[in-house]
Amino acid sequence: MSYLTDAPIDSQELVKRVMRRSDGACVVFEGVVRDHQQGKRVESIFYDAYRPMAEKEIARIIDDISVRFPDVAPAVIHRLGLLKVGEASIVIACSSPHRGEAFEACRAIIDRFKQTVPIWKKERGPGGEEWVGWQK
Amino acid sequence: MRVRLLYFAVLRDITGKSEDVVELPEGTRAQEIWNRLRAQHHELAGYERPPMTAVNESYVPAEQTLRDGDEVAFIPPVAGG
Repeated sequence: MSYLTDAPIDSQELVKRVMRRSDGACVVFEGVVRDHQQGKRVESIFYDAYRPMAEKEIARIIDDISVRFPDVAPAVIHRLGLLKVGEASIVIACSSPHRGEAFEACRAIIDRFKQTVPIWKKERGPGGEEWVGWQK
Repeated sequence: MRVRLLYFAVLRDITGKSEDVVELPEGTRAQEIWNRLRAQHHELAGYERPPMTAVNESYVPAEQTLRDGDEVAFIPPVAGG
């Protein structure tokens, strides 16, 4: 199973994948392309990845989260390619018997994701384009 | 020995290619490849060390000694999510 896709993400499919009859909560996080960044207008974002390594790093995060929150069933998909404002770049779903750990696990996944997974984004707007995080 | 270099994101834009195969003396460290890239591309002048380094799809220190057949990628600041 791949954690990366080139197509729009179906978050309901992700919810169905994680929900069990014993679950009383499902937290879904969607990361969405917004129309601005640090005062500049953004029209689209191009996402690039070192695909095989990104798959491995995401699998590692999911494994760690499953150890830390044994009652949580987590799922994540990240989209690559050119995304327009309002489109989801990442969807994370965490189901659990109770809401507390579902919220915590979801938050922990997105926070780790942003630190280690080799995915990059190039923001495009009226003023040009630039790779986020790269200091010229 | 022969090593495969992969370029992603800003590094692909700067170098104008997505990969390279290079002949290197035994015992070469990843940092030495980065030093070479810096010498060739002024855009990298501000980065004395690579932001992060991966060998065979795992993060390693830039001081890592490379082996024949390794796949090396310098990882610009990640921005997923």
